[in-house]
Amino acid sequence: MSRLKWLVPTLYIVFLMLPIYWLLNMSFKNTNEILGTFSLWPQTFTLENYKTIFTDPTWYNGYLNSISYVVVNTIIAVTVALPAAYAFSRYRFLGDKHLFFWLLTNRMAPPAVFALPFIQLYSAVGLFDTMWAVALAHCLFNVPLAVWILEGFMSGVPKELDETAYIDGYSFPRFFTRIFIPTITAGIGVTAFFCFMFSWVELLLAKSLTSVAAKPIAATMTKTASSSGYELGLLAAAGALTLIPGAIVIWFVRNYIAKGFALGRV
Amino acid sequence: MTLQLKNVSLVRDTETHIYPTSLDLVDGQFNTLLGTTLAGKTTLMRIMAGLERPTQGQVWFDGEDITRVPVQKRNVAMVYQQFINYPNFTVYDNIASPMKLLGKDKKTIDDAIHRVADLLKLTPMLHRMPNELSGGQQQRTALARALVKEARLVLLDEPLANLDYKLREELRDELPKLFRHSGAMVVYATTEPSEALLLGGYSAALFEGKVLQFGPTVDVYSKPDSAESARVFSDPPINLAKVNKAHGQFSLSAGAGWAANGEAHALPDGEYTVGFRPHHLTLTPHGDTSVKVSAEVLLTEISGSESTVHAVVDGHTWISLSHGVHSLDKGQTIDLFIDTRKCLMFDDKDRLVLS
Repeated sequence: MSRLKWLVPTLYIVFLMLPIYWLLNMSFKNTNEILGTFSLWPQTFTLENYKTIFTDPTWYNGYLNSISYVVVNTIIAVTVALPAAYAFSRYRFLGDKHLFFWLLTNRMAPPAVFALPFIQLYSAVGLFDTMWAVALAHCLFNVPLAVWILEGFMSGVPKELDETAYIDGYSFPRFFTRIFIPTITAGIGVTAFFCFMFSWVELLLAKSLTSVAAKPIAATMTKTASSSGYELGLLAAAGALTLIPGAIVIWFVRNYIAKGFALGRV
Repeated sequence: MTLQLKNVSLVRDTETHIYPTSLDLVDGQFNTLLGTTLAGKTTLMRIMAGLERPTQGQVWFDGEDITRVPVQKRNVAMVYQQFINYPNFTVYDNIASPMKLLGKDKKTIDDAIHRVADLLKLTPMLHRMPNELSGGQQQRTALARALVKEARLVLLDEPLANLDYKLREELRDELPKLFRHSGAMVVYATTEPSEALLLGGYSAALFEGKVLQFGPTVDVYSKPDSAESARVFSDPPINLAKVNKAHGQFSLSAGAGWAANGEAHALPDGEYTVGFRPHHLTLTPHGDTSVKVSAEVLLTEISGSESTVHAVVDGHTWISLSHGVHSLDKGQTIDLFIDTRKCLMFDDKDRLVLS
């Protein structure tokens, strides 16, 4: 029995990793090999695909665009959500519970619903096809999410901490920045992670709110697939690179995520 | 230095948390607020600190109305039941924070911290983070922060409640010493009558948002001015029974009676409520002033050298506390002895008439 203990997890991990392995496998092959033969590892190993991505501006600009709107969105969402979540966790005001629930319902609406009004609005104010368009549009679902997660973490901090600080003589802004925010860094980490991930994987708004200048990587990938035949190797390399930012972020917040789960909000 | 509450009351959402209360706290002493949970101890402290604004009434400090002065501008320090420290600061910075905010120079702060840390045995922990400390050390840190501020009003809200027994005894001994030298006015909330007695000073008995009685702790204990106040200041609870006085004789409905001698003799005839603490209701008589009643045992708790017997006397449950180990069976009929010299007598308006 004990000798078989490793079996189930191993199988599970193998199945999980299989598509990722296949993606990496493909990214080191040329398109002919991908289409022509079945091979478990590259027969003619090539870095040509990656080279194209790092040298061709239409490719690497896709990454830069994506990363810039995701980072800007994450910063906006967390910054805006911090005071909002504090208010929800510390004060009672008219309709606070309803407002809190309403925030969540924003998360339930499919982004497609908002695509058309956003295109129209951003075209009118000249934001269309800029990274700001996407960064702001993604706030639609990331701000409520951030408020929701942060509120959970903030409510875990006893309000006596706030009061002790006031008694010691801290003003509110000073307490908030010097004591409160450092106290909930774990929560901010988790929140930033989720905002980053949701913004990174969201395709519909990102694609429809940009055309050329601010085109995200995911849009670049779909377009290449249709124009110059199937450049599968190149696409696989692009896909593999798309995984990296997420992996890096997960690595940084892995300890905080566990804490977030323990608090029951994530 | 004086702190006065003038007719302070607090009503929140039609619910009264504090009924109109007037209190003159005594300088340089421990002022204990004694009451069960939800008696309003914490709320009263929050009003004193300025964290809560009373619905009505004023708070005066040194002849100045400070009701509307924000908490940051008041010279107070507070320690909570939960161990509250700034989790992102070291113990050193935690203790330093109120002084830094007061704009003291580095040297003064450093000296003060080392003095207080020595006093509270925190010196080896100064550079650790609060969550690396034990509960007792965390609470010491909070106490150090309150001490170092040299606030004129120090509020301690059940500071020892979450500590284990040994630490509690240790800190309880230290606390009065620590604050005596600071000359601060200390307000201390507790649920335990014995703690109030150990700390001495003055006590206020609180019950359901009302201050029933305020005075020197020993007086409040030995001369509770109402049965309610006696109940707050007795653990296990005081026994209360109806007693009738006629022809120079008190008689309980349970049948027992005793002569009304001395002061008691002057009381007019009629109905009274008699109160006697559990340790004045014993299994063995105390001289010739003891009165015998027969009772049915409900429950016996033995704690080392003492036995607590819950017994039914004439339909009421009384609690008796005796020395020695007495294991009694449930339902057994026993004799209990009331020490009539120690009885408190309340009239029909619930005022103390004899102690």
